[in-house]
Amino acid sequence: MNHWIAVGTLDDIPRRGARVVKTAEGDIAVFRSHDDHVFAVHDRCPHKGGPLSQGIMYGHKVACPLHNWVIDLESGNAVAPDEGCTRHYLTRLESSTIYLELKNFTGQSPQQTSPEQASEVA
Amino acid sequence: MKEKLVLVGNGMAGARVLEELLKQAPDKYDITVFGAEPFGNYNRILLSPVLSGEKTIDDIMLNDIDWYHKNNIILHAGKQVTEINRGRREVIAEDGFTESYDRLVLATGSYPIRLPVPGADLPGVIGFRDIHDVRTMLSASGDHQHAVVIGGGLLGLEAAYGLKQRGMNVTVVHLLDCLMERQLDKFAATLLKTELEGRGIHFMLETKTAAIVGKDWVEEVRFEDGRSVAAGLVVMAIGIRPNIELAKKSGVYCERGIVISDTTQTYDPRIYAVGECIQHRSRTYGLVAPLFEMSRVCANHLASIGHARYAGSETSTRLKVTGVELFSAGNFQGDNESEDIIFKDPSQGVYKKLVIKENRIKGAVLYGDTVDGAWYFDLMRNETDICDIRENLLFGQNHLGDSGHGDENRATRLSDNMEVCGCNGVCKGDIVTAIVDKGLFTLEDVRVHTKASSSCGSCTGLVEQILISVLGSDYSEAPKKKPLCKCTEFTHDEIRRTIKEQSLKTIPQVMQFMEWRTPDGCHVCRPALNYYMVCAWPGEYKDDYQSRFINERVHANIQKDGTYSVIPRIWGGVTTPAELRKIAEVAEKYDVPTVKITGGQRIDLLGITKDDLPRVWDDLTRAGFVSGHAYGKALRTVKTCVGSEWCRFGTQDSTKMGIELERMSWGAWTPHKVKMAVSGCPRNCAEATIKDFGVVAVESGWELHVGGNGGVKIRATDLLCKVKTAEEVLEYCAAFLQLYREEAHYLERTAPWIERVGLSYVKDRVVADEVGRNSLAERFKASQQTAQIDPWSERAKGTDEAEFTALKNIA
Repeated sequence: MNHWIAVGTLDDIPRRGARVVKTAEGDIAVFRSHDDHVFAVHDRCPHKGGPLSQGIMYGHKVACPLHNWVIDLESGNAVAPDEGCTRHYLTRLESSTIYLELKNFTGQSPQQTSPEQASEVA
Repeated sequence: MKEKLVLVGNGMAGARVLEELLKQAPDKYDITVFGAEPFGNYNRILLSPVLSGEKTIDDIMLNDIDWYHKNNIILHAGKQVTEINRGRREVIAEDGFTESYDRLVLATGSYPIRLPVPGADLPGVIGFRDIHDVRTMLSASGDHQHAVVIGGGLLGLEAAYGLKQRGMNVTVVHLLDCLMERQLDKFAATLLKTELEGRGIHFMLETKTAAIVGKDWVEEVRFEDGRSVAAGLVVMAIGIRPNIELAKKSGVYCERGIVISDTTQTYDPRIYAVGECIQHRSRTYGLVAPLFEMSRVCANHLASIGHARYAGSETSTRLKVTGVELFSAGNFQGDNESEDIIFKDPSQGVYKKLVIKENRIKGAVLYGDTVDGAWYFDLMRNETDICDIRENLLFGQNHLGDSGHGDENRATRLSDNMEVCGCNGVCKGDIVTAIVDKGLFTLEDVRVHTKASSSCGSCTGLVEQILISVLGSDYSEAPKKKPLCKCTEFTHDEIRRTIKEQSLKTIPQVMQFMEWRTPDGCHVCRPALNYYMVCAWPGEYKDDYQSRFINERVHANIQKDGTYSVIPRIWGGVTTPAELRKIAEVAEKYDVPTVKITGGQRIDLLGITKDDLPRVWDDLTRAGFVSGHAYGKALRTVKTCVGSEWCRFGTQDSTKMGIELERMSWGAWTPHKVKMAVSGCPRNCAEATIKDFGVVAVESGWELHVGGNGGVKIRATDLLCKVKTAEEVLEYCAAFLQLYREEAHYLERTAPWIERVGLSYVKDRVVADEVGRNSLAERFKASQQTAQIDPWSERAKGTDEAEFTALKNIA
């Protein structure tokens, strides 16, 4: 089951920056680009697992803080000639609220987003 | 509708224009390419190894036919363009096929020059230029025994070596008494001749060819002195001539080559020309490195970016003959006003000559040991003043104190499974394979594709050596002018100057004014620009944290598992039981897994999670600690010994001196990290002579040492000067740091900075010029007014709270 979960507003994330959403499947890095696009990827570099949320963001890309692999946030793929990919999540922006699509989100966790909020956009 | 671009000439220069253009403006043109040869684009400079059997033709393909399809480029391979109708803006091929253009690029290359002697057009007489020539040579080597190579230059010798490898009996005929006279002086040429004779190649110097004889295939070469030799194959390698026929016929202005401007445009502004067919500022070129520089400029203009200029190239030469190491650059013969520095060891086959004029290297010839070729070439092109390093110059860069890789500096001697880059675990074989398979030409290419030398950089020389040994004379050195990053054409120095001159006060202003190619830079330029702003406009510029590396953004050091290490400042390395107790309490309270004493006399708490950081800092701040900046391009530590207070040898109070230096300098952002130390006597227990700024106490005062480095590249300091009082130590230190802050490139430690600008320059500014020193020190102190704010206490109080908390927790 897929769910759109509201995770915060655009203003919560600095331009060219990222914040982390903690989930049962691991951390998701949510990025805001210079032109206010929002991207979300699994917060692990395909190289050595570096936290991408801590990297320097430019364009629609981020450079991993550990060894400077560059990840394209539109796809989650490493920029050539590096090869690899990190899981990519769909995002949606509605009147400044950021929604994240979580597949297989069972909603069993007690801190789950309220069902109304999720169905609002689903 | 898209504009139409036509490229005539599908060689290395032409194809490079397309590659660069596709990177910069992929959708701007409909592109059509005409190539006379029936292939995609191949690496012509690797024809020699194909001839000698070290590589195959497949190995040297750069862009196969598929590449053209994929990029929607129409390729007419094997179709020769015979006419340009400039009025109608059309090119016309020999079969009448016509294509129109909005912009035209001519990259028609060059012809091998043929000797005007009888028989020069006999079958079996060829040049050494393309795949067809190589195939002819390969088949001749099977059918015939004797080969004659006319011309003892670079290309001729490579051909001779290749044919010898193929089992032919080879004679090289040369008009002059010296091989490769355009690259070698007489002594080096003699060493080379001896070496090649040892490999079974025959030489006939000072010999003029009179005729080539044969019925329907070449049989013999006759000389003016009456001698003759048998020949089943004759290779003419006496030089190349720009191929300008098409341009000339179409009324494009030509002299020896097609004349182009600094923008690579011909006299017809819709027509560009690059490669061996051009003439620029009266010079023509036959090596690949300058061709690539032109191609970059041409693509830049085709993409309508339009700020790149081609200003001519310095070239250097190497010979692609396995086992022969030879390097030549610049004016290696010298003149009346120049001096030579020479090293000769004929029995070891080593010869090195540097031509020096006004303390600058003007030319170099190296034979047998070419490890430092790239370094000399760099010093030459940058016109570096060598007076400070003159004594050791001939012994190479290793003798400037770099003991990084010891003896392992000869690429050709390394086996394929030998590790070259220890940081990224890259072996020689990986690099060679990448160079050949991916068609790499520059250090930058190799770094991107293999990661070799992309981390600490200590193996850079070795990687360059491997490039050289694979690519020979066509290794493309980094251009003289090194842009800060791919987002701009401008250098560090140009950018820093412009920031000041134009009063640019934010990063977006710099990017706009200097026409950045990207909307918001990259992870290379943004941190550099942020630093340049911090340095140029102290107190005024608002630090852009999104342009700082994570460590400086969160004031702690990221570790491999994503946790952080925290190092509180311990002034001069002197602490108290109360401080130690507090650190112990914090370590226990936050379950710190590792507590470590650092090399700089501090205590490191490792394994702290990001969300704990503000609380850890709050506790430490309450105990009186400030950030140790162990994570920053900033003053790290001042290491001290106990000095005259306790030590029976101590001459001055080094501990107090160290604490004062640290109190003065902490919090300053610098181009790279800065480490200091103060020793109380010349026994130097604080190891001050491998620090960026080291102080050694002597009976009569203090010695000040600068530019040391104890990391990957060990470098002992240079003595800056001696001073008498502690006040002077502080003032000289402030002035030195400020000069480094204002003039070094971002991420350049003091050691390479001093090697770049010269110790004399630093002495002039900091020691000799008293007024200048005072004002440097004043600027440093003024900047410190707003820099010495403890980032930890700020964050403990709530600054940047969002940085340390999750956006949402739905786990």
